Amino acid sequence: MPCLEVKNLTHYFGGLCAVSDFNLALETGELVGIIGPNGAGKTTVFNLITGIYRPTKGLIRFNGKNLTGLRPAAITARGIARTFQNIRLFNNLSVLDNVRIAHYAGMKYTPLEGIFQIGRFSDEEERISERSLELLERFNISELAETEARNLPYGMQRRLEIVRALATKPRLLLLDEPAAGMNPSEILKLIDFVRIIRKEFSLTIILIEHQMRLVMGVCERITVLDFGATIAEGTPEEIQNNPKVLEAYLGEEAAV
Amino acid sequence: MISGASFFLSTFAGFLTCCLIQRFKLINPYILMVIMYVGINIILTASLNLINGYMGEFSVGHAGFMAVGAYVSSILTVRVFPVQHAQWFFPLALIAGGMGAGLVGMIVAIPSFKTRGDYLAIVTLAFNMIVKSAIENIDAVGGPRGFLGMSKLTTLPWIFVWTVLTLWIIRNFIYSNYGRGVLSIREDEVASELMGVHTRRVKVLTFVISSFFAGVAGGLFAHLLQFINPNSFNILKSTDILIMVYLGGIGSIVGSIIGATIFTVLLEILRPLEVWRMVIMPLVLVFLMLFRPKGIMGFRELRLFVPEQYRKAVARWRLKRKEYDAVS
Repeated sequence: MPCLEVKNLTHYFGGLCAVSDFNLALETGELVGIIGPNGAGKTTVFNLITGIYRPTKGLIRFNGKNLTGLRPAAITARGIARTFQNIRLFNNLSVLDNVRIAHYAGMKYTPLEGIFQIGRFSDEEERISERSLELLERFNISELAETEARNLPYGMQRRLEIVRALATKPRLLLLDEPAAGMNPSEILKLIDFVRIIRKEFSLTIILIEHQMRLVMGVCERITVLDFGATIAEGTPEEIQNNPKVLEAYLGEEAAV
Repeated sequence: MISGASFFLSTFAGFLTCCLIQRFKLINPYILMVIMYVGINIILTASLNLINGYMGEFSVGHAGFMAVGAYVSSILTVRVFPVQHAQWFFPLALIAGGMGAGLVGMIVAIPSFKTRGDYLAIVTLAFNMIVKSAIENIDAVGGPRGFLGMSKLTTLPWIFVWTVLTLWIIRNFIYSNYGRGVLSIREDEVASELMGVHTRRVKVLTFVISSFFAGVAGGLFAHLLQFINPNSFNILKSTDILIMVYLGGIGSIVGSIIGATIFTVLLEILRPLEVWRMVIMPLVLVFLMLFRPKGIMGFRELRLFVPEQYRKAVARWRLKRKEYDAVS
């Protein structure tokens, strides 16, 4: 059984077809890349999978269960986490709080227990704080736990966003242009980072990316989108030499 | 506030002082009245701050919830509860008033949080008007003439107890899992939902807690003035509460205290200026928005108001690590 199965996914914004007949089947543990020019519909695919948009048509199945129509929070609870193209941390909250919020669904106490600080409140808070700090420690950010997220350097913010996503205990991780704005040496570090988390958290990963170095470096399979349609699929080598892909990226003349 | 025992002791000392002042009339009645108004306004400001400051939504009809609480508790003490034991039933009446307001808050919140964005401001504005005209048209509670017959049950000790209780509960809520959900909604609602926060449930819960305390404040207000009419709870009253929130500082408990105190006391000090005080207060607000739009204590908190468990979480964890490393 595939981990994630997307069938005939189609989405319209008014009259504009953002994604048309998108298909994807992911085996557990795979690392697949989605590439394509700006406006090709890559982020829309993520927004559809995570429930931010409801698809006009199509089916999304995760571990055999239908996801279409669920609230984003419910989809997160089933084990899909993501990061954002433009970093969306909780800027005015501390690094630790950013990670603690990701444990929201795992907290087992009622509002009344929280308000009167009784029952499971103290133990649960302690457990979640420790778990969050251990996660931060694992990725060398625990020193900055009490810093506000907006004060972190750019690369660190990217990393924190991934750590925050990991805190929701995902089986499937969606990375939306994690290398945006990074220099070549930072990208090399990111490649290592992605490989490490994939192994350590036994994740299935979908990666949207513009940086060819990253995509070709880590992905086993690549899907290419252009104007909402899938124009190519295959291994990095196949994609690199596919004339349709070259055309989409460089224009018709160059491809000839 | 301070941890366990010292918090309990200082609260108890404050309560005793209030009892003594009330019993032996140590303060001139006018000043006593102003102090009690400050207390009521602190409850109103802190509760509205929960929605407008911590959650980042914009509710403008807080006086509507106050009205519900005021009328519910007044009807209970005047018509339902036995008059000779009124003081013993007073807290019950206040809680009932708060629950009435909370219930109404839930009815307002559930439909208005189905959409995103600024609709809440319009909905709460309309709600405030509806409550006012509804009361004006119910003859059983006096209609536009107002409702009276309450004995003066609101005393300084009661104000003290309810103010401390409100601030304590709001603080606990903010520094709990749900409170973090509230803050994350303010920071980025989409990211919050995607981190697993059930945003709609958190919003409704916050709104209910906020309107509960507005209702309690309304009950205290009604039994202090011993007379309420629909006009005491119009849009202007809601605006006053908004001013106190934005003056003291959004997203801050200490800010709510400061805002409510400055606003109430300043209005009293400026009383000799008569109509001119209505010019000076808005001017203060204009300058505040120009130079410090977050308010005096915006997003800052006194250590006193941060729970110890929360404040020392990182330090405690580091200590534990060190001990663990030393053993192994």
